[in-house]
Amino acid sequence: MMLVDFFILLKQELVITVILFLLLFIKLGKDRTNESLLIIINVLLFLNFVAGFCCCQEGMLFNEMFRTTNLIVLEKNILNLAIWLISLQSYAWLKTHKHLIEFYILLLTTLLGMFFMISSGNLLMFYLGLEMSTIPLAAAANFDLFKRQSSEAAMKLIISSAFSSALLLFGISLLYGTSGTLTFSELTIHLNGAPLQIFSFILLLSGFFFKISAVPFHLWTADVYEGAPVAVTAYLSVVSKAAVLFVFVSVLYTTFKPLANIWYPVLCILSLLTIIVGNLFALRQNNFKRFLAFSSIAQVGFILIGISGSSQEGTASVIYFILIYVFSNLAAFGVVSLVSALTGKENISDFKAFYTTNPLLSWILTIALFSLAGVPPTAGFFGKFFLLIAGAAKGNYILIGVAALNMVISFYYYLRVVKAIFMDDNAEPIAKIKIPAMPKLALYICVAGIVLTGLVSYVYDYIYSLSTGF
Amino acid sequence: MNLSLLILLPLLTAVTILFCNGLKQVRSVALAGSVLQLALGIFLLVVYWQERNTGNLSPMLFEFSVTWFAPLHINYHIGVDGISIAMILLTASVVVAGILVSWTMEKLSKEFFFLLIFLSLGAYGFFISLDLFTLFFFLEIAVIPKFLLIGIWGSGKKDYSAMKLALMLMAGSALVFVGLMGVYYQTGSLDILQISQMHIPLEVQKFFFPFAFIGFGIFAALFPFHTWVPDGHASAPTAASMFLAGISMKLGGYGCLRVATFLMPDAAHAYSWIIILLATIAIIYGAFATMMQTDLKYINAYSSVSHCGFVILGIGMLTETSINGAVLQMVSHGLMTALFFAAIGMIYSRTHTRMVAQLGGLLKVMPFISTVFVIAGLCSLGLPGFSGFVAEMTVFMGSWQNTDTMYRLATILSCASIVVTAVYILRAAGKTVMGPITDNDFLQLTDARWNEKLAAAILIIGIVLIGVAPFLINQLIGPGTENIFQQVGKAITLK
Repeated sequence: MMLVDFFILLKQELVITVILFLLLFIKLGKDRTNESLLIIINVLLFLNFVAGFCCCQEGMLFNEMFRTTNLIVLEKNILNLAIWLISLQSYAWLKTHKHLIEFYILLLTTLLGMFFMISSGNLLMFYLGLEMSTIPLAAAANFDLFKRQSSEAAMKLIISSAFSSALLLFGISLLYGTSGTLTFSELTIHLNGAPLQIFSFILLLSGFFFKISAVPFHLWTADVYEGAPVAVTAYLSVVSKAAVLFVFVSVLYTTFKPLANIWYPVLCILSLLTIIVGNLFALRQNNFKRFLAFSSIAQVGFILIGISGSSQEGTASVIYFILIYVFSNLAAFGVVSLVSALTGKENISDFKAFYTTNPLLSWILTIALFSLAGVPPTAGFFGKFFLLIAGAAKGNYILIGVAALNMVISFYYYLRVVKAIFMDDNAEPIAKIKIPAMPKLALYICVAGIVLTGLVSYVYDYIYSLSTGF
Repeated sequence: MNLSLLILLPLLTAVTILFCNGLKQVRSVALAGSVLQLALGIFLLVVYWQERNTGNLSPMLFEFSVTWFAPLHINYHIGVDGISIAMILLTASVVVAGILVSWTMEKLSKEFFFLLIFLSLGAYGFFISLDLFTLFFFLEIAVIPKFLLIGIWGSGKKDYSAMKLALMLMAGSALVFVGLMGVYYQTGSLDILQISQMHIPLEVQKFFFPFAFIGFGIFAALFPFHTWVPDGHASAPTAASMFLAGISMKLGGYGCLRVATFLMPDAAHAYSWIIILLATIAIIYGAFATMMQTDLKYINAYSSVSHCGFVILGIGMLTETSINGAVLQMVSHGLMTALFFAAIGMIYSRTHTRMVAQLGGLLKVMPFISTVFVIAGLCSLGLPGFSGFVAEMTVFMGSWQNTDTMYRLATILSCASIVVTAVYILRAAGKTVMGPITDNDFLQLTDARWNEKLAAAILIIGIVLIGVAPFLINQLIGPGTENIFQQVGKAITLK
C-alpha cells in the first residue's frame, strides 16, 4: 500500500476534514461578517464538489474496513452537490445567524460520517459512520435557537435515532454471534438463513427503515421536519436519506444476497405501505414542510420498489432517482426556505396567488413539484418510470399497478399546491421577494438539473455502467 | 423528411414566446409558429404522397431511430403512416384556429400561448412516436397544460373541472403504463413495429389489453370514464376546449388503435363485445344526455361523448372499413367540435351567456358566426357534404359487415342515435340562431372579426374537403388502417 493510494482513496473524506479544520481556525481567528464567511464556505464546498471528480481510484483500506469504488465516489459526489446546494439556499437564513460556523461544522461532520458509512466494508465501521452522521444532526435541528419547536424537533430526532441505533446494534451483535465476523464480504459466506440470523437481519432492516423513514417507522419524520430549520429539514430529507439508501442498496445486493427470499417480500409490502401512507397523510397537510415530509415518505416508497428489482437496472435507477430527487426536492425546499426566511410564512395557504407577486419563484416551485410528481419532461418522470421498470422485472405487476395508481393520488396533492399558486385568490399574497444571488444560483442549478438529468441519457448510462446487480 | 422538425418547431415557438413581451408580440409569434407548423404538415403530406407513388410500401415512412436509454431498450423512434399524418394535419389546423380565436386573450397572455403550444408539442410527438416510452412521454406532456389552462383561464367551476380532468387523465396514463410494462416484459422491446412482429401469448394479451385500452379509452371518453369530458370542456376557455376536443381526445383514440389493438389483436377480438357494448351505451347515453342540456358548451361536450363513441365502436368492430371509419371519425370530430367550440366561444364573448334559453335570433346580428354555428351543427348531425356524414357512414358500413346478431343490434342502435342528434342540434341551432331576438342588447353586437373568420374558415375547409372528396383522405389513411387490420386478421386466422 503506497501512501499516495491512501490519500487518493480517502480523498473525499480528507477534503471534508480539511474544510472542518479550516472552519475551526476561522472561528478562532478574527471576527468576520457572515456575508464574507458564507462566500468563503460556499466556495470551499464547491471546490469540494469539483475535487470529488478528480483522481478516482477503487480499492480498500484498513483491512477491508473502508472500501471505495467508482460508484461510491459518485454517490459521495451526489451528497457533496446536495450539501453545496443546501448551503447556497440557506444564505438568507444564515446571513443573520450568530453561530454560522458551528452550523457548518455540525453539518460537515455528519457528511463525513455519511461518507464513512457509505464506504464501510464492515458492520462496525458502518455503525460508526451512522452515529457520526446522526448525533450532530440532532444538534443542527436545534439551530433555530429561540424556537421551542426546534428544540422539540431535535429531541424527537435524537430519541428516535437512539432507538433505531439500538435496534441496529442489537441486530449487529446477534449477527456477529451467529456468523463470527463483522466484515461484509465474509458475512455473506456465513449467512445460511438460520432463524436467529433472520431475526437479527430483521432488526438490522428496521434500523435502516427508521433512517429512511419507511412505514411503519415514519412517525418521527413529520414533527422533526416541521420543527427543524428549513435548511436542516432539506438536509434530513435529501442528504441523510440518500446516504442511508446508498448503503442500503449495496449492502442488500452484496452482503445479504443469500437472504433475498426474505427481504424481497418485505420490501414489496413495505414499499406499498410507505407509498400509500405517505400519500394519504400528504393529502391534508397545510404546513409546507410537513407536506414535503410526507411526500418524501412516498418518494422513499418508490425507491424501495426500485430496490426490490435487485438488478443492475434497479441499482442504477435508485441512484439516478436519488440524484433527481436531490434536484427536485432541493428546488422546492429552496423556494420554501427563501419565503420562510424573509417572510416567516410556511403554510401552503400562504402561497395562494403567489404567482401574482413572484412569477419566477412560482415557476421554479411548480417545476420542482411536477418533477416530484413525475410529470414529463421533468427528470422526475424518467426517474419514476425507471424505478417502476426495475420493480416490474420480477413480474410483480400488482406492485407496479398499485404504485402507478398511487402516482395519481400524489398528483392530487402536488396539483393542489400548483392550484394555490396559480389559481386561488388571496387578498394578501406574499410580497415580492428579492432573491439573493446565492439562492438564485442554487435554484437555477436545481432547475437545470431537473430539466437535463432526464432528457440527456448520458447521466443514466454513466450510472448504469457503474452499477451492479444480481 | 426529418420528422423531428415537427417537435422542434413547437419547442422553438414555445421558447421564443417566453422571451416575448406583451400580447401583440406573443400572439404573433404563436401564430407564426403554428402556421409554419401547418405548412410543415402539408409539406409532410406532399412528401408522403411522392414517396408512396414511388412504390414505397413499408408500413412507416421517414423512420428515424436513435438510442435513448440503451440499458432499458428505449429508443427515440419516430415515423409516420397515413393515420399519423391525418392526425398531425388535424392537430395543426386546430392549433392555428385555437390561436386565432384567442387573439385578444389579455390575461397572462404569455403563459396562455406558451401552454397551448406546449400542449400541441405533446400531441405531435405522440402521433409520430413508434416507441412505447416516447409515446407515453409525449402523452403525459399533453396532460398538465390542460390542468393549468382550465384552472387559470377557465370559467364556472373551473377548479373542480381542472382537477377532475387532470386526475382522470393521469389515472388513464397510469393504466396505460401498466399495460406497456406488461408488453415490455413479455417481448423485451418497446418498439411498436418490432412488437407487432412478435406473438404475445393470448393469456398475457388478455391480462394487459384492458389496462392499455381503458387507459387510452379514458382519454377518448370511453363510457363510463367519460365524466371528465363535460366538466372539462364546459369550464375550459375557448381555445382549450377546442384543443381538448380536437386534439386530446384523439390521443386516446389513436392510442387505442395503435397501441392496444395493433399490439394485442387477439385480446381485442376476445374483448370486442365489451368494447362494442360500452361504445353503444356511450353513443346512446351521450345523445340522450345532450337532449337535457341547456348550456351550449355542455351540449357540445355531451355530444362529443356520443360522437367519440363512434370511434370506439369502429375500433371494437374490427373490420377494415370500421377501423377506417374510426380514423375518419376522429379527424371529422376533431375539426367539427373545434369549430363548434369556436362558434360558441364567439357567441359567448359577445352575449356573455351560453344558455340556449337566453339566446335567439343571432342570425340577424351576427350572420357569419351564426352560419358557422349552423355548419358545425349540421356536420355534427351527419349531413351529407360534410365530414360527419362520411365518417359515421363508414363506421356503420364497417360495423354491418359483422354478421353476428349482437353486433348488428349494436349497429342499429347506434344508427338510431343520429335521430336524437338531429333533435338536439336542430333545437339548439334553431333557438339560438333563428326566431326573434330575445335581448335588445344583442342588436349592438358585432359580427366576427378577421381572426375569427380565418379560424372558422380553416376548420370549415377541412370539414367540407373530407365531406365532398372523401377519397382523398381514404387514400391517405387506407394503407395505415389496412396494416392494422392485417394484424387483426392474422389474429383471426390463428384461431
